[in-house]
This record gives sequence, structure tokens and C-alpha cells, in this order.
Amino acid sequence: MIVLRVNGDEHSVDVPADMPLLWVLRDVIGLTGTKFGCGIAQCGACTVHLDGQAVRSCVLPVSAVGEKAITTIEAVGNSASGQKIQKAWLDVDVVQCGYCQSGQIMSAAALLTRVPNPSDADIDAAMSGNICRCGTYVRIRAAIKQAATGKAEILQTIAPEGAA
Amino acid sequence: MMHKTSLAASQTPIDIDRRNALKLTGLSIAFLWGATSGTAHAAMNARRQSSDAAAAAADGNPPFAPNAFIRIDSNGAVRLVMPTVEMGQGIYTGISMMLAEELGVDLGQIKVEHSPPNEQLYANPYIGGQITGGSTSTRGQYQVLREAGAVARTLLVTAAAERWHVDPSTCTVAHGVVSHPGSGRKLPFGALAKPAGALPMPAKVTLKEPKDFAIIGKPLRRVDSLDKTRGATQYGIDVRVPGMKVATVKACPTFGGRLVGVDERRTRAIPGVIDVLRLENAVAVVGEHFWAAKQGMDALEILWDPGENAGLTTAGLRGALADALRNDKSIVAREEGKRPADGKVIEALYQLPMMAHAPMEPLNTTVAVTADKCEIWVGTQVPTRCVAGAAKITGLPPEKIVLHNQYIGGGFGRRLESDSVEQAVRFAKQVKYPVKIIWTREEDIRQDIVRPMYHDHISAVLGTDGRPVWFGDRITGGTVLGRWLPMAMGKNGLDGDLVECAAKTPYDLPNVKVEWIRHDMPDGLLVGWWRGVGPTHNLFVVESFMDELAHSAGKDPLEYRRALLQKNPRALALLDLAAEKIGWNKAALAPRVGRGIALGEPFGSHVCLIVEVEVSAQGEVRLRRAVVALDCGIAINPSSVEAQIQGGVIFGLSAALYSGITVKKGAIEQSNFHDYRSLRINETPQIEVYCVQSSQPPGGLGEVGTAIAAPALGNAIFAACGVRLRTLPVETRLLAQSAEALKQVVENQAEGRRTPV
Repeated sequence: MIVLRVNGDEHSVDVPADMPLLWVLRDVIGLTGTKFGCGIAQCGACTVHLDGQAVRSCVLPVSAVGEKAITTIEAVGNSASGQKIQKAWLDVDVVQCGYCQSGQIMSAAALLTRVPNPSDADIDAAMSGNICRCGTYVRIRAAIKQAATGKAEILQTIAPEGAA
Repeated sequence: MMHKTSLAASQTPIDIDRRNALKLTGLSIAFLWGATSGTAHAAMNARRQSSDAAAAAADGNPPFAPNAFIRIDSNGAVRLVMPTVEMGQGIYTGISMMLAEELGVDLGQIKVEHSPPNEQLYANPYIGGQITGGSTSTRGQYQVLREAGAVARTLLVTAAAERWHVDPSTCTVAHGVVSHPGSGRKLPFGALAKPAGALPMPAKVTLKEPKDFAIIGKPLRRVDSLDKTRGATQYGIDVRVPGMKVATVKACPTFGGRLVGVDERRTRAIPGVIDVLRLENAVAVVGEHFWAAKQGMDALEILWDPGENAGLTTAGLRGALADALRNDKSIVAREEGKRPADGKVIEALYQLPMMAHAPMEPLNTTVAVTADKCEIWVGTQVPTRCVAGAAKITGLPPEKIVLHNQYIGGGFGRRLESDSVEQAVRFAKQVKYPVKIIWTREEDIRQDIVRPMYHDHISAVLGTDGRPVWFGDRITGGTVLGRWLPMAMGKNGLDGDLVECAAKTPYDLPNVKVEWIRHDMPDGLLVGWWRGVGPTHNLFVVESFMDELAHSAGKDPLEYRRALLQKNPRALALLDLAAEKIGWNKAALAPRVGRGIALGEPFGSHVCLIVEVEVSAQGEVRLRRAVVALDCGIAINPSSVEAQIQGGVIFGLSAALYSGITVKKGAIEQSNFHDYRSLRINETPQIEVYCVQSSQPPGGLGEVGTAIAAPALGNAIFAACGVRLRTLPVETRLLAQSAEALKQVVENQAEGRRTPV
């Protein structure tokens, strides 16, 4: 049995020690917001936080997690950075197919915690491990800056009435 | 298949001018051809159809379901059923806006639902099938969905007016409420659902004038943004059904090869492995979870019979195309005038590679097969094709195949195929439990149905003023349509997609000959639709060549095009707009910096892209800036329009820079994102999109940016370093300034470093 702390809850899981955290989250615990894209840490769709740091869960053996707190897309909004990033993501409508966006948001939130006002170079360094085949990069860049500064960077979308 | 194949269909005459007039691309033409053949042509309707009652009953039996798209429950919930599927292009938002505009609700008041497979109810009138593709969703549904909203609104108003004994024309509708301003009375849709549901269909409804639009034309937030931002959206790969097991598959890597046998002893020893299943050409390992299945697959010893394609290579395929271009008979797509005997002849050979789709969500299908039912959960662009395939495999009647469509994590044409779904059903019918089959990324690339390779000879004869007096294009390649919908091939065997954006260009070209030399790939090597289809291929060749002509005539590429556009004011305006925005010729550019223009009219839209690049001494290309001028008719949602263009351009630049599928020993060599590269954020330029205000009917969008990207890049590279790229993807070594500089690239690569620009 391995005990994991995921989004503030403890989970005891009976899985092989070398099983990547991604599949424990998705297939055992049932948190499917974290995505499978490549299986070799090339695309970043599987990005989660370990004690606030962005890691690729598709190549992280579950036994290597230890005591560290795991945060996934489902709970990243509980942190100040996560909340800002998610709001900016909505304000400029970053998503298209959306499949990579869990990973994008996790990478961006970790960046914002580390570097509250990231430069273009900071954004490139933190986000270049996350592939988006729909090509949402222009808006990702703007949304991260907007989350950092609170200032509108590009076209803002009109939120549905009654929405947050 | 939604149409019954009939030999008569292929004899239906449709001339090229009519197709161009319709401004459709190959995929949509395909269905119109089928449609005009006398075979059943399905099309959605704004009013109730014979199969509507059953569909509504299966959808919670709401009291008000006036057509296949709108359900209003007594509690006031407004549910909108989406005829085409969401794969990132924003169509669920666009459809919701079209319906809501006329219905009189806000997007915040609605809930969207995936449609079930049903040709009668959900076939796109443009393509005659329930298919999401060809950039046709908005074009095909703009009229009928607004009408569907108006039908519903008319019924709700009629019900309220009857209740109040007032003239319906004195009532107003907004925010899901019918009001009678004269008396101050109001009733929400929920209270009117039941009486409105009992009324007969209105014969005629009035649609809003565009000037009165309250929703269409506004940059509204996508209806799927909130869930996608929270990780709450369910894609096919996220489906979980009770008792479900998880499997992964491996099909014979060699095209058309067969499974000989497997040694599963090591696999069976892995904890969590449940089953090893076989098909004629593939094997699946089933586990308690994906990791067990994956470990089990890795441990499996598989013996394949590679078959006849065992010796196939890219060079061999390319050579065969070159032979076909030289020796085989062509099909003429368009011929006007004669080639003059005199004049300066310019000619060039362009070569395009095979490409994979690599959507972020790897292919997957969840299937539960029992004796009398087959239930499928999958994100697909062709739900009815999947149903037909499953019915054939299981022997069950189509009504016993229940398909639940899902949000799609990227399609790009790959999910216009049902191969992975049919494979999943073949495996699932061997077991008693529901099974979710997930392809690995390696399987996704190696078993892709790739974009075909092309080999085109393009030529022109220039007059003394440098203008082309003759333009010829001999396109050589395999047909997608010929496999995907053979009945839609032209009477002379022409695949209209192959010549799209070559047979007709925006320019004033007096004498033209555009032909196609059909050369199909060997059996087993399937080719398929890839974002931008024919236009992506032809615009690269034609627009690169236009640049060659300009340089050959000693003219500025902008001015050269301008002179050929005097009869096409819509295209000329876009060219001028893009040039103005980027500041064409306004200031001298730094050494090895260049700008390239591409102009085209793909998918019923008009677009001009100018890309600015810097090419390092070592030949590496850095994208500095991109400016797009677009005329797509009415922009339903300006935010979505911008996003589609930006994303489409990135997809096209990505492909031009990096994407090439190569073949060795009859198998695809690439396998994952490390050797099938995609543009990353650090390589992406700013992309400015300038959209012309228009009241013309909407054009297509999803593929426009992709189709126009590669030629602008190639022309910019030429402007930067003087090297004309006639082969994709871009080869860095061709762009290096010197052998010494190139050596540095090779050393850097060997040490895993990126060469700085």
C-alpha cells in the first residue's frame, strides 16, 4: 500500500511501485483532469504539482512521491496563483480542444508562484515543455501576463450572465 | 456510410466552376456530389422530423422539443443539442450563439449536449451527413440553426400570447422570458414549455436582421471554457463505466502486415494483466489499469508477417511518384486557353511529405458488447460511420448500437476515420466486460492514416511585362476521397480535393492548365484528411511559385500580386491590409530577416498572411512575427475567429517546419513528439489577426490558417536568405550560410544543444 496526499485528501493505493503517478491518479483514484499525451515527458499534458513544483506525472513512479503533497488541476484553483491563472484563462478564452490545458495551467500556476511577474523569457522557460496542437500559445502568453499584472493584455471575452 | 454507394453517383456531372462557385473544399464537395446523385441526401431541419419524438424521448422527454436542437424542461432548463462535434474549433459556442440569438436566451442560461448519431436529424446540409469536417459547420448550419431558434421562439411566443389573449406581435423575448410590454406580463420559457410543445409547427418564421443581432458578432466566452479550465470536461479517454477494464493495442507496424503469433507468458506474469486478445493484424493487452496493459504489451513477444510492403521506403515512394509524374496520364481539372509558343518559361518541382495528425488526445474507444447491444463511448467526427462499422462487426442492427459522442481532444481529420473504433469493437466483442482501449502515442503516430505525399510540377510562361500569360500545374499524388467516399469522385475520375486552390486562384490568369496524375500508395498505406486538405498542399505550391514568378520578373512580391488582383477587389483589399499592418517595405530589415506573403481563398474565406522570419547563419529559422488579414464573411464570434486563425497558422507553421512522416522497411519511422516535432511556445511568434467587417455569409475557418501558413513561411525564408524551399518540411542544412556554420549545428545537435539564432 502506498499512501498519497492528493488535493488535501489521503489515498491508500495498492499499485506497483513503478506505476507512473499519472495512471494512479486517472485509473485508480479517478481524477481524470490530468491527461495522457505522450508517456515520455515530451508534451506536458500530465503536469501536476508536487509541493507546488510542476512535474510530469507520466514518468514519475508513484513510489518516488513520498510525503509530498500532490495537487492536480481539480484543486489548483485553491491556490492564489492557480486561481489567478484560471481566471485569466477564462477572460481571454485560452482553451480550444482543451486537452492540454490542464497541464498548461499547472505549469503556468507553478511559474506564477515562483515568479510573480514573469518576463517573456520566464514564460518560455516554464511553458516550453507543454505542447498545444491547437496552437493556443499566443493566448497562453497573454493570459499568464494578465494573471500576473491584472491588466488586460488582449481581447477579453464576454462572460455569460451569472458566471463568475 | 451514410450514403448507399451507387455506380450512378460517380457519373453525376459537376463542373469545376460550379464547385468553385460554391466555395467548398474537397470534403464538402464529396458529399454534395453524393447528394446530387439521387441517393438519399440527409439534412437537418429547423422543424420537427419523424425521428424527433424518439430522440427527444431518449433525451429526458422534455415538454418542449420543437426540433432536434432545442429542449426546454418545465423547470426552465434550456438544453441545446449540438449537431456537429466540438474538437477545439469552438463550434459548440458558435452553434449555441446561432440558436440562442433567435431563441432569445443568454449563453449563461443554456446547457449543451452532444448529439446522438442520426442522419435525419443532424446531417449538415452542406455535406449531406452528420460529419464534422471540411470547415463546414458554420457555413452549413448558419441558416438552419437560426431558423430552428426562431421556430422555438415563435412557438413560445404563441403560447404566451394565447394565455394572455394578446397579439403575438406585441410580445417580446429576451433572457429566456416572454414579455408583453403593454401589460407588463412576463412568463419564463419553463412555464411555457408544455403549452408551446402542444402547438403545431409554424409554417413561416422571421429571422432577425444582422443589425439587430444581440449575440452573433460578439466575443462571447466559449461555452466549454469553464469546464476545460477546471479539468472537468469529459473526453473520450476519461470515460469510466462500471466493470470497465483498460487495454492498449499494437497493430502490425508494417503497412498491411499480419499477426503470426504471440508469446504471452511474460505478459501474463505481470500483476494486473487480465487478457491478451488477437486480431488478424493486431494484438491487445487488457489490464486493471492502463499501466498494467502497457507493461503487459511491452513484455509481449510478437511475431509479425510484414507482408508485401516489407521493403518500402520513403525514397521508393517518392521515386514512384516522380515516375508517375513523368509517364502517367493525367486527368485535366481545368484548362483554359493555349500555352503560347514564346515567352520566358519558369518551372519548378515541389515535393510535400506525408504527415501525421498527432492530436493531443491519443485515439481511444470504450466499448461494451453484449448479446443484444453494443455501446460505444468515443469522440468522433463521424458518429454514423462508427455505428455502421460496429453494426457490421457485431452483426447487430444499427439501432442496437448506442454511441455516446464525447468532447474531442484534437481531431485535425484523424477522427474522420472509424478505424480505431472498429478495431476496438473487434476486440471488445471477444470479452464479457466493457473495455476502454487507449492507443499509446507511438501507436497513434505509427498507425496514423497519414496526409498523402505530393510531387507537383508547376510552370508558367511570362509575358514581356513579367505577368504570367500561361499557368500550368501537374499535381501528382494519391487520393483520399477515392478511399473515403469513392462514389464522390468526378465523372472523369477527378478528386476535386487534389486540385482545390490550384484549379482556381485569386489571380487573373488568362490561360491555365491544371491536371492531376493519380498515383495511389501501395495497399495498406492509407492516406487521409489532414487539416486544410487540398488547399494546404496546393497553396504551398502555388503561392511559393507566385513568389518565384515575382522574383523572376524582378518585381516586389506584393506589387506583383497586386497587379494580378485588379479584378478581385476582395482579395486585393486583404493583401493591402496585411501589407499595411506589417509595414511592408516601410523600413529596411536586418540581414537574414525576411518577410513572405501568401494569399488564398480556401474554405469560402479569403486570407492573406505575412510572416517575418530570421534565419541564423546555421540555418535555423526563428519566427518573428505574423500578420493575418481575413475576410470570413460574418464573424459569428470574433474571439473564436481570432483563435482559429492563430491556432491554424501555428499548426501549419509547425507542419512546415517540422512535420514529415518517413517510411523505412514498410513502417513509419517516427513515434512520438521527440521525433515528430510540434511548435512550442518559445518558438511561436506574435500573430496579429485583422478581420474585415463583412455582412457576407460566413466562410469556413478551422482550416484557413493552416492552409495559408507554409507558403508565407517559405517565401519569408527566401526573402531572408535567398534559398527557395520546394520541399517540406524545412531542411535547416539548406539554409546554413556556410559549411562552417552548419558544422556548428551538427555539433550542437550531437551534444543536445539548440543552436541559438
